[in-house]
Amino acid sequence: MKTRSTTSMFWWLVWRDLILAWRRRADVLATLFFFVIVVSLFPLGIGPEGRLLRTIAPGVVWVAALLASMLSLGRMFASDYQDGTLEQMLLSPQSIYLLVIGKVVAHWLVSELPLVAVAPLLGVQFGLAQNNLSTVAVSLLLGTPVLSIIGSVGAALTLGLRAANVLVALLVLPLFIPALIFGAGAVEASINGTTPRPWLLLLSATLIVTLVFGPWATGAALKISVE
Amino acid sequence: MLEAINLGCVRGDRRLFTNLNLRLEPGGLVEVHGPNGSGKTSLLRILCGLAAPAEGEVRWKEEKIRSLGEEYSSEIAYLAHQNGVKDELSAVENLRLSSALNGRPLTKDETQTFLDRVGLGNCDGLPARVLSAGQRRRLALARLLAADASLWILDEVMASLDSAAVALSRKFISDHLNAGGLAIVATHQELELPVSGSQRIDLRS
Repeated sequence: MKTRSTTSMFWWLVWRDLILAWRRRADVLATLFFFVIVVSLFPLGIGPEGRLLRTIAPGVVWVAALLASMLSLGRMFASDYQDGTLEQMLLSPQSIYLLVIGKVVAHWLVSELPLVAVAPLLGVQFGLAQNNLSTVAVSLLLGTPVLSIIGSVGAALTLGLRAANVLVALLVLPLFIPALIFGAGAVEASINGTTPRPWLLLLSATLIVTLVFGPWATGAALKISVE
Repeated sequence: MLEAINLGCVRGDRRLFTNLNLRLEPGGLVEVHGPNGSGKTSLLRILCGLAAPAEGEVRWKEEKIRSLGEEYSSEIAYLAHQNGVKDELSAVENLRLSSALNGRPLTKDETQTFLDRVGLGNCDGLPARVLSAGQRRRLALARLLAADASLWILDEVMASLDSAAVALSRKFISDHLNAGGLAIVATHQELELPVSGSQRIDLRS
């Protein structure tokens, strides 16, 4: 039996996906640009009315993050599926759970972390105060991994189908609702001057549950799609 | 070592094959022949564990491959129709990353050696996007050599290879068999390898 270290395979996978994302950086930038534009359109459309903007800010930022994530989900497995690397990965002596987590981590770093980084800047357009902006960032930091994991289930289930992007949206957007409610709730609580802590704890709980069960579901879906 | 018992495969309403039996010992070769659509690829995918057979089972060292899981995966190398080559990466990066993902990281020198062996020594810097179909196939062959696996499962290994590369792939297979490896090869051409103990499966459409 040859000795093979699975943890190093995990990091190789993340590294490979980061290189690939860098070579295709226009895709990554498109997601980020979409997020920035959608969030910025609201203050422009509604006008400089501070109270109204502050009321809608949590929902707008979070919904825009959900939609921006949808754009990148289709890419998570599709190209690996088409060129046959996915098959090779499924045949590698690595647990499929770690494989999925590797793909999810890479997707999060490439497509979600930039959203978390720019969201506080965008919040300024809605007249949010300093502490509200940090709640925006923290809630997205906890919430976006949930989007990546749940999204990976949808992406794996729709591999190789026509109109996969539309199907992913139909499958996955309803499952994003808990994260949306808790995340937007946290920001709203902070704007109203109460503590966002309970919301953030609920969001963390959601993250833990999806982290435990999501990759299994994605792995099973991948096996079905490849078969 | 490898044993297939009463394998059957169904695609849609069609029964591709039933009662297929196979036994392979170290140094043994199985050639799978048959017209297009007769189930060659389906058979190979069942043998590597990517697809489940409709009936029967595959055993490796007397154990079902389903229960062996990753332990079986580390013993096999599968060369599919698709080469598993990433367009955005160069030949070197492709080989290094795919080997690392297969649990066998290569050093720079090893990578170069494998590329030289398949005749890609001088296109290492180019992105795979600009390589020809035959060169991509050679890159897939390099991955196969680097995998260091005991069982090779090859689907149309000679597709889009030129005559030099066809000879090269024949040599790789016979070297592998002489070193005590096992190989299952689906092909349209006759392999004509100078090895004893070669078996032949003819699938009918």
